[in-house]
Amino acid sequence: MSILVDETTTFIVQGITGREAVNLTRECLDYGKGAKVVGGVTPGRLGREVHGVPVFDTVQQAVAHHGAPIDGSVVTVPPAFTKDAVFEAIENGIKTIVIVTERIPRRDVAQMVELAALRGARIIGPNCLGIIVPDVIKMGGIGGPAKDAAKAYSPGPIGVISRSGGMTTEMSSTLTAAGLGQSTAVSIGGDAIIGQSYAELMPLFEADEQTQGIVIYTEPGGRMEAELARWVTENDSRLPIVAFMAGRFMDEMPGMSFGHAGTIVEGKEDTATEKIARLAEAGITVAEEISEIPDIMKAKIAERSVSA
Amino acid sequence: MRFFEYEAREIVKRAGIPVTDYGFTTDAQEAKEIAARIGGPTVIKSQVLSGGRMKAGGVKFADTPEEAEAHAKDILALEINGHVPRGVLVDPRAEFEQEYYAGVVWDGIRKKPVMIFSPVGGIDIEQVAEEQPDKVGRRHFSNILPFGDFEAKEVIASTGVTGSALNRLVPILTRLAKLFVENDMTLAEINPLARLADGSFVALDAHMDMENEARGRHKALLKDLGVGDDETREAREPTAFELAGEAVDSQDHRGVAGNVTEFNGNLGLVIGAGGGSLTLFDAVRKYGGDPANYCEIGGNPSVSKAKGLAKLVLSKPGVDKIAVMMSIVSNTRVDIVARGVIAACLELGMDPAEKIAIFRIPGAWEEEGFKILERYGVEYADRSVSMHEAARRAVEKIGAAS
Repeated sequence: MSILVDETTTFIVQGITGREAVNLTRECLDYGKGAKVVGGVTPGRLGREVHGVPVFDTVQQAVAHHGAPIDGSVVTVPPAFTKDAVFEAIENGIKTIVIVTERIPRRDVAQMVELAALRGARIIGPNCLGIIVPDVIKMGGIGGPAKDAAKAYSPGPIGVISRSGGMTTEMSSTLTAAGLGQSTAVSIGGDAIIGQSYAELMPLFEADEQTQGIVIYTEPGGRMEAELARWVTENDSRLPIVAFMAGRFMDEMPGMSFGHAGTIVEGKEDTATEKIARLAEAGITVAEEISEIPDIMKAKIAERSVSA
Repeated sequence: MRFFEYEAREIVKRAGIPVTDYGFTTDAQEAKEIAARIGGPTVIKSQVLSGGRMKAGGVKFADTPEEAEAHAKDILALEINGHVPRGVLVDPRAEFEQEYYAGVVWDGIRKKPVMIFSPVGGIDIEQVAEEQPDKVGRRHFSNILPFGDFEAKEVIASTGVTGSALNRLVPILTRLAKLFVENDMTLAEINPLARLADGSFVALDAHMDMENEARGRHKALLKDLGVGDDETREAREPTAFELAGEAVDSQDHRGVAGNVTEFNGNLGLVIGAGGGSLTLFDAVRKYGGDPANYCEIGGNPSVSKAKGLAKLVLSKPGVDKIAVMMSIVSNTRVDIVARGVIAACLELGMDPAEKIAIFRIPGAWEEEGFKILERYGVEYADRSVSMHEAARRAVEKIGAAS
């Protein structure tokens, strides 16, 4: 199985006529069993096609054309228009929304997340690459062109959750090379406020029989790791977790910001050192190098199956 | 983006929250005039974006306008933690009965703003929260619904405040919540919020932080406050090297090549792909390397951008070699980056094989990229070589060189 998406998932691409979105659509159609991209939306472009996908002015038209509810949307429109596009998707019954767009002010993100919660929808991102179920479906730019994605991702027992889009692929590729495939890999984005955190995705992986372990990529900034540590402890999770923490050097440079908007060092609780300690307390191993992750994971899975 | 106190107070004032009859100036003579207008004891405060003003001598009390002028003269010339003051604030020395605290920040876990209120203000709110938790009220509020009077009442009442103080505080808290939301602040804080002898309240100091991503939609406010488009308000001013990095990035819209931070090492880094740069910088240091810079490159930059960035890093005094490394890339073309960094070496009259310690970018168009690198004798690695191993090799090479 998988989480969030599977081979039956239908989705649209909002902002489909943009250069990156055209590529992204091609990649999704080509990958695995071929994504069911049932429409695209760019206001004013009704009647066009992108790789055979019909383009509409509104999400409402796309849903009417499809003749049934649409499961998901990949949103790749400029930051100033993202909130409205996401509201439009939610109000038209879409339940899984992947926001690719970067540099969205957190007030807008918080509004989208709040409306999604009211309507029973789920937002992944913003500033993320989306979701991939190896050899089955990808929703978003994750892994790049189909042939490149096929090199890095393989089906298997590991769930991957990453704050960095690029590192989702690097870590999955390392797992694949060591014979550990992935059940689902999710790029959740690195901003200060995001739709789904590690802890919020854990119940889905927990319920997924295919998943036997979780690998996370994390960075300084925010309190999501503390939230994960608390969730794991309180829920007696069946899944062993291995983490990789980048940006340790930032501990020595308080007040400077690097990379993702979400990695701005805001306080002592957000530092790499503090996070590593908290994760360790919850039984989550933090690997020193990415190449160590597969062996640590294999040992942890073996340990659990013996004690079970 | 942080605001100076005089700007933060202006924002508070515009929101309809009472402030004192203060004045801001960059001139000691004018400070005297402001003090004379206020007509009574004053406080002269340095306007710097740095903590520890009081300790550094950046806050002084004056009884007469002449004294205010003398203090202003001293403070205007006083650097605090490397920051030259923007000016001074001349503030009436208010006689108050009690100091309160009111602030709004984001909670990333709950994904909502949270109003924090305390009848114990004037000092570190974190400390109060730890030592007297019943004196700090917290209340998360909706991103969609407006912050209501009842919500203000609940958070104030939760700290034991009642009577006319409670009723007078309600509009201050609702206005603070509104200004936080409407101005895309990441922090909006009034501390202290003073209760005067007549029972009225006034903001004696304020801290405001606006989200950089949202600056574009607050142009009118920023213009009114005199904040220039080029004012980054970072913890430290960007260096010439860092500004040159920005210039490379602004060449064209394709990809990112810039966002550099300068250090003093000998190994120049052309690294990237988001979290990849954090990982690689750590890896270089883990193996004892001494980075000359942190940087980001990705999102399919043009050849000229990759070249511009590599040239910048290679030209930095003290840089012996550069390491060109990324995590597996999907939408950045490996061959384009390879072309760019080799062209940079050649244009500077350097041998790519000698100057590029290692090239580790696996991904799109890698075969083409590797061919180009082979032609110039540059050591490269594919995905079978880990990011840490690539960093180790780069450090080893520069060690052998020096």
